[in-house]
Amino acid sequence: MTDYNQQMIEKYRENFLKEVEHNVEEGEWVKMCMQCGVCSGSCPFGPYWEHPPQELFMMIRAGKRDEVLKSDSMWMCTSCYNCIARCPRGLPITHIIHGLATYAKRLGLAPKEQPTAKFAQLFWDNLTKTGRVNELKLGLALYFKVGEGLKTALENKDLGLAMLKAKRMNPFELVGGHKCKDIKGLHAILAKAEEIEERKIGMKA
Amino acid sequence: MPEAIATNQTILVVGGGISGMSAALEAAECGKQVILVEKNPSVGGRVAQLYKYFPKLCHPKCGLEINLRRTKANKNLRLMTLTEVTAVEGEPGNYTVTLKKHPRYVNENCTACGACARAVEAEFDDEYNFGLGKRKGAYLPHNLAYPQRYVIDPRILGTPDAEKAKAACKYDAIDLDMQPEEIKLTVGAIIWATGWKPYDANKIQPYGYDRYPNVITSVEFERMADPFGPTGGRILRPSDGKEAKDVAFIQCAGSRDRNHLKHCSRICCMATLKQTTYLREKYGDDYKASIYYIDIRAIDRIDDFHRRVKEDPNTRFIKSKVASITEDKETRNPILHGVDIEGYHRYSNPHDLVVLAIGMEPSVPADAFPAKVRFNEEGFIVPDEANGAIFAAGCSEDALDVNRAVQSATASALHAIQVINRVAGTEG
Ligand SMILES: Cc1cc2nc3c(=O)[nH]c(=O)nc-3n(C[C@H](O)[C@H](O)[C@H](O)COP(=O)(O)OP(=O)(O)OC[C@H]3O[C@@H](n4cnc5c(N)ncnc54)[C@H](O)[C@@H]3O)c2cc1C
Ligand code: SF4
Ligand code: SF4
Repeated sequence: MTDYNQQMIEKYRENFLKEVEHNVEEGEWVKMCMQCGVCSGSCPFGPYWEHPPQELFMMIRAGKRDEVLKSDSMWMCTSCYNCIARCPRGLPITHIIHGLATYAKRLGLAPKEQPTAKFAQLFWDNLTKTGRVNELKLGLALYFKVGEGLKTALENKDLGLAMLKAKRMNPFELVGGHKCKDIKGLHAILAKAEEIEERKIGMKA
Repeated sequence: MPEAIATNQTILVVGGGISGMSAALEAAECGKQVILVEKNPSVGGRVAQLYKYFPKLCHPKCGLEINLRRTKANKNLRLMTLTEVTAVEGEPGNYTVTLKKHPRYVNENCTACGACARAVEAEFDDEYNFGLGKRKGAYLPHNLAYPQRYVIDPRILGTPDAEKAKAACKYDAIDLDMQPEEIKLTVGAIIWATGWKPYDANKIQPYGYDRYPNVITSVEFERMADPFGPTGGRILRPSDGKEAKDVAFIQCAGSRDRNHLKHCSRICCMATLKQTTYLREKYGDDYKASIYYIDIRAIDRIDDFHRRVKEDPNTRFIKSKVASITEDKETRNPILHGVDIEGYHRYSNPHDLVVLAIGMEPSVPADAFPAKVRFNEEGFIVPDEANGAIFAAGCSEDALDVNRAVQSATASALHAIQVINRVAGTEG
């Protein structure tokens, strides 16, 4: 638990819906849900969610703060946008779900060993380092840090070879790898974005 | 019809459904001159396509018959079928209306003996039965059609069928040279009652109405339940003609949905509750009905009806909007997928037949409307000063059941009568 989390608990005591509306991207839409269930039924990953979107939205209204934020449900979303396309009330469900995941992470409540969450971090770190995704390093990190190491790597060997053949992956990426022209500039942009984000959160908090 | 018979003390009623007929009769029975124009060859509108009426489960034909008797008895009311309004100009008390009258190719001599239909070979989809059956190229729209006069489908003109029909008629009623007419009328007030049409089920992609034969709409179900309908009153699966005993109803199909109609169509909950009673009527205890719903909106006094259906052990309510339908390739059973809200159970339920409780939208879209009136977001006419003396009745005003549609019709008749009285007052 972080101080930030404690701060938020105190600020929004008993009113989790308001907390979500203030702090989660598109959170103000949650109250528009009429609980029809189309989103949950349309999600290709539906059966794997502990609480499908419809249920999450009801839990938010019911004030189940811990159950929602500590849930791994939000991390199941693959951004297929099926739910958004079909929601009869036009809720930007995908965005809310990612918003919830981001908020949970910011509060330090996101599940630690959740593979999608881990991969998201790996991807971000990999990308921001050079401004280009290093497929080889990312792939290996995925196999060894998220997957079952050598076993996962071997399972995916054909895919890797095919990517090499199609020049989608380069073995020399292991040393250095390609990068964008102005890494310094990129890092400055990211730092600025982070600063703005921090300020926004600070303002709301 | 010559121009002289309508004056600025005449009321024009557009649409001969239950609302238009009611409004026209109310005004005519108050002594006003009324012209009722109907696009189809026969009056009655959508109500004539229902098997039974909620809430009393009486036969709609009975109510229509009373109206027809009143119509025949009233000298102030003149009916023009196969006629549409193409333009409206002017102001309250003085409108010029342009009508287009399509030829029926059958005149007043017709006795409805049906010899022409027997002579003709060509068959077309029967509109009255939503294409569930066929009708001949010379036809009576349905048993109770008024006027009781046959119609020649223009598609047989120029074919040997047209000549066969003409030759078969002993009463010299068939006139293949009839031409479309444009008619201009002066009227003082207009009642707009063109009603509703079912939302196009093909647009609800996840439900597969266009792909799966055993997914039908509630209006088609009404036709199936009717003993005079295309299946002789039997509930049959379109895929194999077998009786459907396990029937699912999907509520809000096309309604309350930003991707389709935003409004609640208001009558479809009641229509489904009513339709489950058709199953009991046909099968006794040997059936299963499953209603998938968001919430049941059986308004005020008809909630009793809702409660009665809820007590029926053969009818199950599942609180969930179905997300999608697939089909079992072998049995051709539609399989309904979704998550219910009472426990968030994920289901994949096969059924014999699925009925989409289809939404209602205005039959004349706002952008094709021949006069300047105000519409709401859904395309229904809103009462407004700016509408002048054009008054909406029935489902042109909102998605309404018959009871409310007739109330709305009476109100519009009163408005129109006031305008005519004002005109009469100034003209003496
Ligand atoms: C599945 C289903 C079941 C239903 N069951 C019931 C029930 O049991 N009980 C109940 O109370 N209600 C029921 N309803 C509702 C009922 O159908 C409507 O309340 C009723 O039809 C309204 O009548 P109306 O005259 O306003 O419109 P309509 O019946 O639509 O009549 C409009 C008329 O205008 C004509 N028209 C259209 N366009 C033009 C034009 N441009 N020019 C001239 N004429 C035109 C049409 O041909 C038609 O004759 C049901 C509806 C559905 C969908
Ligand atoms: S589809 Fe939309 S309205 Fe329906 S449960 Fe999901 S978020 Fe709520
Ligand atoms: S009446 Fe019932 S089925 Fe029809 S749109 Fe309204 S809630 Fe849905």
